[in-house]
Amino acid sequence: MKGKTILSVLRNVFAWALSLIMFVPFALILVNSLKDRVQANTMSIKLPTELHWSNYAVVIEEGKLISSFFNSLLYAVASTLLSVALASVAAYIFSRNATRLNRAMYFFLIMGIAMPVNYVTLTKVMQWTQLINTQIGIIVLLSVMAIPFSVFLIYGFVGTVPRELDEAGIVDGCSPFRLFGSIAIPLLTPVLVTVCILNFMNCWSDFVLPLYYLNNSDKWPMTLAVYNFFGRFQVNWNLVSADIVLTTLPVILIYLLGQKYIISGMTSGSVKG
Amino acid sequence: MIKSKMYPFYYTWATLGLYLVFFIVPGLMGFYYSFTDWNSYSNEINFIGVDNFKKLFSADENYMSFVYNTLKFTFFTVILKTVLGLLFAMALNDGIRMKGFHRVMLFLPAVVPMLVVGLIFKSVLNPATGLLNETLRAIGLDFMAQKWLVDVNWAFKSIIGVDVWKGVGYIMIILLAGLQSISRTYYEAAAIDGANVWQKFVHVTLPLLMPALVVTTVLNLLHGLKVFEVVYVLTNGGPGYATDVLYTTIFKEFSLGRYGVGTALSSVLFLFMTIAGYFVIRLMAKEENEG
Repeated sequence: MKGKTILSVLRNVFAWALSLIMFVPFALILVNSLKDRVQANTMSIKLPTELHWSNYAVVIEEGKLISSFFNSLLYAVASTLLSVALASVAAYIFSRNATRLNRAMYFFLIMGIAMPVNYVTLTKVMQWTQLINTQIGIIVLLSVMAIPFSVFLIYGFVGTVPRELDEAGIVDGCSPFRLFGSIAIPLLTPVLVTVCILNFMNCWSDFVLPLYYLNNSDKWPMTLAVYNFFGRFQVNWNLVSADIVLTTLPVILIYLLGQKYIISGMTSGSVKG
Repeated sequence: MIKSKMYPFYYTWATLGLYLVFFIVPGLMGFYYSFTDWNSYSNEINFIGVDNFKKLFSADENYMSFVYNTLKFTFFTVILKTVLGLLFAMALNDGIRMKGFHRVMLFLPAVVPMLVVGLIFKSVLNPATGLLNETLRAIGLDFMAQKWLVDVNWAFKSIIGVDVWKGVGYIMIILLAGLQSISRTYYEAAAIDGANVWQKFVHVTLPLLMPALVVTTVLNLLHGLKVFEVVYVLTNGGPGYATDVLYTTIFKEFSLGRYGVGTALSSVLFLFMTIAGYFVIRLMAKEENEG
C-alpha cells in the first residue's frame, strides 16, 4: 500500500514537471511582453518591476497588427468554410454511394495527406489562374490543402450515421440537395465542428503559403507580419513578445474553448473505442 | 440506381477539380519542369535533360547534406516523439489529480503556430541570455550550457528538441486514447497469470496499442520529411549547411529564382513520398473501414 502511495506521488510530480516544461516558454513571453526594453533584453523569467502595457499599443501601431489580424481572420474563416463545404460533400457522396469509382476518388483525395506540395510549380498554376498575390488565391490554397485530412475525418464519421434517416428522407421525396442539406448536415454536425476548429487553427498558423505567394505586406496574415516584425525589431524583445502574444492569443482561446472537439478530432480515425 | 440518383457524383466535381488543379497538377508538372532551365531571369524555358539532377547529386557534399539531414531529422523525431509520447501517455493514464489540466497543458504547444514556437525558442536558446543556459548556470550545471543554435554540433539537436517539444503532446493524446480503449480485464487476466509490470506492458499494452502506434509513427514520418518552418525560423539551414533540410533548400532555390533546380528537388520528394504514401494511406483507409 505504501509503495502505491509513493508511486502515485511520483506520477503527480512527473505530471506537474511536464506541464511546467510546456508552460514556461509561454510564461516567458507573457512576462517579457510587459517589461521595458532594457529589462526585456535578457529575456529572463523575472517578473517586470513595472507593467508596460504600452508595448502592446506600439506593436499594434508599428507591426500593422490591425490589418494583418483582419487578413488572418479572413483567410482562416473563409478557407475553413470553403474547405469544410468541399470536403463534406465529397466525403458524404463517396461514403454513401461506395462504387468502385467513388472509392478510388476517395483514395485519390486522401493521398493528399501524404503527398508533398510542389510550391515551385504551384507558382505557375497561380499565375495562370491569376491568383498569385491575391487574397482569394491564399484562401483557395489553404482550403485545398485542408481537403485531404478533412475528407478523411468526415468520411469515417458518415459511415457511423444510420442510413435509415436517409431512406426516410428519400421516401418523403427529398431532392438530393435537400437530402444533403437538411438531413446529412445536421447529423454530421459533431465532426463538422471538429473539422472547422482544426482547419481554422491550421489556417491561422500557416505561414508558408503567404511566404511563397504574397509579396504585398498589406495582405499578410499575422504570422508573416510577426516574422517580418521580428526581423526589424530583434533587439526589442519586449515588442516582439507582445507581438507574439497577440498572434497566439486567438488560437489559444479557440483551443481552450474547443479542446473537447480538437482532441476527439485528433484521435478519431486512429483509434476506435 | 437510386443511389447514384440520390448521391450524385457531380456534387464532388468542385472538390475534385480544385484538388486536381492546385495539388495534383503542380506535382505532375514538376516532372516536366525539373528537366528545364526555368528560372526568374529569362522568359524562355528550355529543355536541358537531366542537368538539374546532375547538379543536385554531383554538387559539393555540403550542399547535399540536406538529404542526410532530412532523414536524420525524421528518424530522431519519430523515435523521440513515440517513446516520450508513450511514456507521457502511460504516466497520465491514471492515478493523476487534475488529469484534464495536464492534458491541456501538454497539448498546448501543438496548437500554437510553429512560427511562434520558433521565435520563442530563439530567445530561450540564446547562448548568452537565453532561459535554458541561465537555468543551467543557476543550478550549477554550467558545463551543460551550449551555443544551442550557433554551434555546428548542437544546432541540429536543438531543432530536433524544439520539434519534439511542440509535437509530443499531439502524439501523447492519440496514444492516450489508444490506452483508454484497452479493457481492464486484459490486465486482470494477466495479473492472475502472474505477469509482472514489464510483461503486462510487452504482452498486453504494446500489441493492443499497435494500431495507434502505427498511426502516430506515420504522422511523425510525414511531418519529418516535410519539415520546413522550425528550421527556417530557428537557423535557416545554418550554421553553414548543418541544418539544411529538403524544404529549406527548395525555398532557397526558389528565392534565388532557380526554379528548375527547386522543382527537381520537389519532384524527387514527390515521387518518394507518393510511393510511400500509397501504402500508408491504404493502411489508414483499411483501418477506417474495419473500425
